[in-house]
Amino acid sequence: MDFSLSEEQTLLKDSLERFIQNDYDFDTRRKVMAGEEGFSRENWKQFAELGWLAVPFAEEDGGIGGGALELMIVMEQLGRGLVVEPYLATVILAGGALKYAGNEAQKGAYLGAIIEGSKMGALAFAEPQSRFNLADVATTATADGDGYVLSGHKAVVLGGPSADFFVVSARTSGGPRDADGITLFLVDGDAAGLSRRDYPTVDGLRASEVTLEGVKVGADAVLGTVGGGHAVLEQVIDEATLAVGAEAVGGMEVCYKDTVEYSKQRVQFGQPIGKFQVLQHRMVDMFMEYEQAKSMMYLAAMRLDEGYGAVAKKAVSGFKVQVGKSGRFVGQQAVQLHGGMGMTEELNIGHYFKRLTMIDTTFGNADFHLKRYGAI
Amino acid sequence: MDLALTDADLAFQAEVREFIDTYWPEDVRRARATSSRFEESRGHSPEVRRWIDALNERGWAVPNWPQAWGGTDWNPTQKYIWDKETAKAECPQLSAFGARMLAPVLYTWGTDAQKNEFLPKIREERMIWCQGYSEPGAGSDLAGLATRAVREGDEYVVNGTKLWTSGAHVADWMFCLVRTESGGKKQEGISFVLIDMKTPGITVNPVYILGGIHSVNEVELKDVRVPVENLVGEENKGWTYAKGLLTHERTGIAGVARSEVQLARLKRIAQDTGMDGGSLWDDAAFRTRVTELEVELEALSVTELRVLAQVAQGGAPGPESSILKIRGTEIGQAIAMMTIEAFGYYGMPYPEQTLIDNEGPIGNPYVMPTMKGMLYGRASSIFGGSNEIQKNIISKAVLGL
Ligand SMILES: Cc1cc2nc3c(=O)[nH]c(=O)nc-3n(C[C@H](O)[C@H](O)[C@H](O)COP(=O)(O)OP(=O)(O)OC[C@H]3O[C@@H](n4cnc5c(N)ncnc54)[C@H](O)[C@@H]3O)c2cc1C
Ligand SMILES: Cc1cc2nc3c(=O)[nH]c(=O)nc-3n(C[C@H](O)[C@H](O)[C@H](O)COP(=O)(O)OP(=O)(O)OC[C@H]3O[C@@H](n4cnc5c(N)ncnc54)[C@H](O)[C@@H]3O)c2cc1C
Repeated sequence: MDFSLSEEQTLLKDSLERFIQNDYDFDTRRKVMAGEEGFSRENWKQFAELGWLAVPFAEEDGGIGGGALELMIVMEQLGRGLVVEPYLATVILAGGALKYAGNEAQKGAYLGAIIEGSKMGALAFAEPQSRFNLADVATTATADGDGYVLSGHKAVVLGGPSADFFVVSARTSGGPRDADGITLFLVDGDAAGLSRRDYPTVDGLRASEVTLEGVKVGADAVLGTVGGGHAVLEQVIDEATLAVGAEAVGGMEVCYKDTVEYSKQRVQFGQPIGKFQVLQHRMVDMFMEYEQAKSMMYLAAMRLDEGYGAVAKKAVSGFKVQVGKSGRFVGQQAVQLHGGMGMTEELNIGHYFKRLTMIDTTFGNADFHLKRYGAI
Repeated sequence: MDLALTDADLAFQAEVREFIDTYWPEDVRRARATSSRFEESRGHSPEVRRWIDALNERGWAVPNWPQAWGGTDWNPTQKYIWDKETAKAECPQLSAFGARMLAPVLYTWGTDAQKNEFLPKIREERMIWCQGYSEPGAGSDLAGLATRAVREGDEYVVNGTKLWTSGAHVADWMFCLVRTESGGKKQEGISFVLIDMKTPGITVNPVYILGGIHSVNEVELKDVRVPVENLVGEENKGWTYAKGLLTHERTGIAGVARSEVQLARLKRIAQDTGMDGGSLWDDAAFRTRVTELEVELEALSVTELRVLAQVAQGGAPGPESSILKIRGTEIGQAIAMMTIEAFGYYGMPYPEQTLIDNEGPIGNPYVMPTMKGMLYGRASSIFGGSNEIQKNIISKAVLGL
C-alpha cells in the first residue's frame, strides 16, 4: 500500500501548481472568460508546451502514457484554479474516445493534433431525453452507400463552441435504449448539416446544442466497431467522472482553506468569527468532507489503473456519490460562512460553489451512481 | 383546534380566486414565472402595475395594516386564504421593504406627518424603499454600525457607507440606521431616519452577485443633509424599532406558500423530464427525496399557522419566528437545488439575455428563473439575520442558554 506520488507524478503536479499560482489568478480567469471564446488560446498553447495535453495518451501516439492517477493529478489542480480551458472536453472526452476506439489512421489524424494543441474536440453523447443513460440514444445513423447519414439533437455538448471535431454517438441498430447498436462517429465541426447553438454555462464553461440534419460521413468516420460504441462511451465517461470528481476535490480544498482563512480575518461582535464554535465545527465538517472525497478519489484512480472492469466502475460510482454530496456541502457552507461576500461575483468562493453544484449532476448525480454502485 | 373552512370562508376563497383570475390571469402568470429576467431588476411591467392598482381599488393592497391606513377587516383565516391563493397564482407583491418592513414601524412609531406622507404612497407602490442597515463592518453584528448622523440645526448630517442595500438603485427613499451617539452600549445611540435618495451626497454603486444579478449595492453617504422631521420615533431609540421590524422581516422570509408553489413545480418538472423511457418522477430515489421535502414543508406550514394564530391573539411574532426563517430558507434552498438537479445537464446553460430574447430558452423554460432563484436563494440564509444568528436567538431567548 502506498499513497505517495512517484517522482514524475510529483513533477507533473508541481508544474500545474506553478501555473495556477503564477498565471491563473482569479482576475486573469475573469478576463479570459469574458472573451469571445470564453477561454485563452495562449493558455492552451502553454498546456501543450508543458505536455499536459499529452498526459493520457500512449507513447506510440505521441503521448506520455499517463493513467488515471495522472489525469487525477491534472484535474485536481485545474479544479483548484477553476480553470475554464476545455481540457475535459478535448483531452478526456473526445481524446478518450479516440484513445480507446480509434484506429491507426484516426489516431494519426487527431491525437497528434490534440497533443500539440492545434485541434479541439468534444464528445456529443447526451440528448434531451437521455438524462444520464448513455444508452438512451435517439440520434440515428442510417447506412448510405459506403457511409452514413446522421440526424438528431445532442444536448449540452461541453466544449462544443470551440470543437474542430465531434465524437457523436448515434444509433445504427436496436431499440431506443439498447446498449447494443450505438456507434461512435467522428464528425467535422464544419460538416454540412451540423449546426450549433453556443452558450456559456452557469459555472463558467461553454457548451452547445448540436443539431445534426442529414450529416453525411464516410465509413472511415466510424470510431471503433459498428454497434459497439456503448462500451467505449462507458469507459470514457468513467474516466471523465474521475476527472470532474478530482476537479471538485481541488475546488473543495480551496473552499475550506479560504473559509478558514476568512474566518480568522472577519471580525464581528468584537472577535474573529472563527472563534464561534458553531462555525469551527462547520469548518471541521467541511474539512472532513474534503478528506473523505479525496480518499474515494484515490480509490477510484487506483482501481481504474488496475484495469477497467466491475471493480473500477464501482469505485468510480462510489467516488461520484461521495464527491457529489461533499462538494455541495463544502460549496454551500463556504458561501454561508463568507456571508454577503460569498454571494458576490467579485469573490472566488461563489464561483467554486457554482462549479461544485454542477459537477454533482455531470455524468450522473448521486442517485444515479448509488443505483449503479448497488447493482455492481 | 379546528382546521375546517366555514361556508363563509369558502365564499371568500371563491371571491379571491375570481379577483386573481381577472387581474393576474394564467397567461400573465406563466410569462412571469418563466421570465429569465431577475425579479428585482425588471421593474414594474404594465401587468404588475395593473394588478397593484386593482388591489388598491379593491382595498386589498395591505391586508395586514391597520384599517385606518388601508388594511382589511379580515380574520386570520381570511388572511391565510389570501396568502395561499395569491402565492399559488404567484401574484406580484408590493415591495417588501416599504409595505412589510417600514410601514409597521411608521404606523406604530411615526408622526402623523410621516404617516400621511408615506403610508398611502407605499400602499399604492408609488414610492419604492430600500433598507440601509448593513455596513462593511456591521453585518451580523448590526449594532456595530458606524454611519454617523450629527445634528446641525434642523438637519442631521450623515456620513458613512451602507453595503448590500437591496434595490438602492431603483429606490426613491431609504430607511436607515445611523449612529447619533457613541460611547455607552452600542445598541443605544442608534437612530432610525428616512432619507430621500435624491439628496445630494448619495452615491449608489452596484455590487453584482452570483449569476451576474444586480440587486444589491453599496451606498455612500457624504455630508447628506436629512431634515430632523425625518427621524422616526425618538433619537437614539432606533434599535428598538429596527428590531421590531426585523421580526416582521423574518416571518416574511419563511416563504412557506412560495415553497409550496416551487415544490409543485418541481414535481411537474420531474414528470416532464425523461428518464429511461419514463419520467424522472418514476425514479424512486428522486421521488423519495422530494417527498421528504414535502413533509418538512407541511410541518413548517403548520408551525407558521401556529405563529400566525398567536399573532392574531395580539402581539408581534416572538422569537419562535426564527424557526420559520431557519427552516423556511433551508427548505426553499433544498427545493431549488432539487429542481436544478431535475434538469440534469440542462441545469447548466446560462445564456445571455439577448440570446434568449432572440432564440428562446435552452431546454426547459423554467431553467433560467430556477437557476437565478437558486443562486439568489443562497443569500436567504445569510440576510435578515443569518441562520446561525437565528439559532443564537432561539438558544438565548427560548431555551434560556
Ligand atoms: C460507555 C462509556 C464508556 C466510558 N469509558 C471510559 C473509560 O474507560 N475511561 C474513562 O476515563 N472514561 C470513560 N468514559 C467517560 C467519558 O470519557 C466521558 O463520558 C466523556 O469524557 C464526556 O464527559 P462527561 O460524560 O462528563 O460529559 P460532559 O463533558 O459533561 O459533556 C456533555 C456534553 O457536552 C459536550 N461538551 C462538553 N464540553 C464541550 C465543549 N467544550 N464544546 C462543545 N461541547 C462540549 C459533550 O460533547 C457532551 O455532548 C466512558 C463513557 C461512556 C459513556
Ligand atoms: C442578497 C443580499 C441582500 C441583502 N439586502 C440587504 C438590504 O437590503 N439591507 C441591508 O441592510 N442589508 C442587506 N443584506 C445584508 C445582510 O443582512 C448581511 O449580509 C447579513 O447580516 C450578514 O452579514 P455579513 O454579510 O457581514 O456576514 P458576517 O456577519 O460577516 O457573517 C459571516 C458568517 O459568520 C456567521 N456569524 C456571524 N456572527 C456569528 C455568531 N455570533 N455566531 C455564529 N455565527 C456567526 C454568519 O452567520 C455567517 O455565516 C443583504 C445581503 C445579501 C447577501
